[in-house]
Amino acid sequence: MPNVRVLIGTHKGAFIATSDAGRKNWKISGPFFGGLPIYHVKGSPLNPDRIWASQTDDWFGQVVHRSDDGGVTWAAMGNEFAYASKPGTHQWYDGTPHPWDFKRVWHFEPSYHDADTLYAGVEDAALFKSTDGGATWAELAGLRDHRTGSQWMPGAGGLCLHTIILDPHNPQRIVTAISAAGAFRSDDGGETWKTITKGLKSNFLPDPESEVGHCVHHIAMHPSHPNVLFMQKHWDVMRSDDAGDTWREISGNLPSDFGFVVDVHAHDPQTIYVVPIKSDSEHYPPDGKLRVYRSKGGDEWQPLTQGLPQENCYVNVLRDAMAVDTLDECGIYFGTTGGQVYVSPDGGDNWLAIAENLPAVKSVEVQTLK
Amino acid sequence: MVRVQLPYHLRNLASVGSEVELEVAAPVTIERVLDALEASYPMLRGTIREHASKQRRAYLRYFACQEDVSFAPADDPLPAAVAEGREPLIVMGAIAGG
Repeated sequence: MPNVRVLIGTHKGAFIATSDAGRKNWKISGPFFGGLPIYHVKGSPLNPDRIWASQTDDWFGQVVHRSDDGGVTWAAMGNEFAYASKPGTHQWYDGTPHPWDFKRVWHFEPSYHDADTLYAGVEDAALFKSTDGGATWAELAGLRDHRTGSQWMPGAGGLCLHTIILDPHNPQRIVTAISAAGAFRSDDGGETWKTITKGLKSNFLPDPESEVGHCVHHIAMHPSHPNVLFMQKHWDVMRSDDAGDTWREISGNLPSDFGFVVDVHAHDPQTIYVVPIKSDSEHYPPDGKLRVYRSKGGDEWQPLTQGLPQENCYVNVLRDAMAVDTLDECGIYFGTTGGQVYVSPDGGDNWLAIAENLPAVKSVEVQTLK
Repeated sequence: MVRVQLPYHLRNLASVGSEVELEVAAPVTIERVLDALEASYPMLRGTIREHASKQRRAYLRYFACQEDVSFAPADDPLPAAVAEGREPLIVMGAIAGG
């Protein structure tokens, strides 16, 4: 039995890579749902053989797949995501009101407490919950009904709710992030929400310190430190020590503080990882060098390059395409739009390719199997 | 029996071959054919037409007897050749290149 299972969503299907604890020899299965965009694949922390995949395209819309045998076989689940309240409008690109309209699931977040419960972050931005394993979905409408909802405006990728963070010790707490609305927190299980954007600064906004409008790319949290959040924003890497109530910038000496991913070491809640991207106009690494940067808490960053291409590399690493395992020596994983999936079995010091020629990678999740 | 041809990805989703056969009560219309299709293959709900509005998804078309019937009212009778199973109703996906 493998020790690690990597769930990979790509532009043309899903793939599953498995390895023993050495994480040097990998077996890849797939493509599953070949030819179709798979935005996210994620398994239950309670039952790792239960995995959900989000298939979404312009032809056939949203399809939700679930496997109960670790990805060997799959069944279609419910794909009706109906907004709970009168949809209303958000802002369109030109500032005019635009009706809320479901397009796709960007992210699944399975519950820590019940293997039949999971959350789905969707475009146009809303949070849905299923308590029957994905057969049916109900919106947690308090988020979209937030008093700022009518002001939310899509980024170029759409008005997507892409980040859902659950607190394993407090089921009432949920953190979400929406591009380009910002970040939100609920402390009552998703009934009511507050913006958590104090300290964020986005120079593309008329008021750079506006309550909403920030293009948050991703947020990460260590499960043992739920009040400490790390954020990769459109520009700026940020940190909060009060569950998002206030943020401070920790970009420090990064060669660029633009990027999409951020993640936290499994055993050291202060050690974090980002992949700098040159700019919002040039979505590839600075100087053609693919470098992961590691920091103890922020501000001071160390480039990690061993085993990664250091010339002529012009790929991107998308927001859901980094993950960590929980083996004794923490493994770090990320996928690129060039179809590479890399692993570092030693916390970032050395990297090797799990796969080099997959379709563009949209998401990477890792399961550490007992 | 009414015959329906599905695009490749929907055939895979429903685990069927190139055609499915359905019992559809007269008058045979697109709406009735799709109702019967979704009843037999629930995994196809939402993939050909929207859940609530029943609107055809924009990248799909319905062809019957060499005619594009995508824009006809969904409750218009389909040609007799389709209703009698001599010709299939074809659900066609927009071609994608590049």
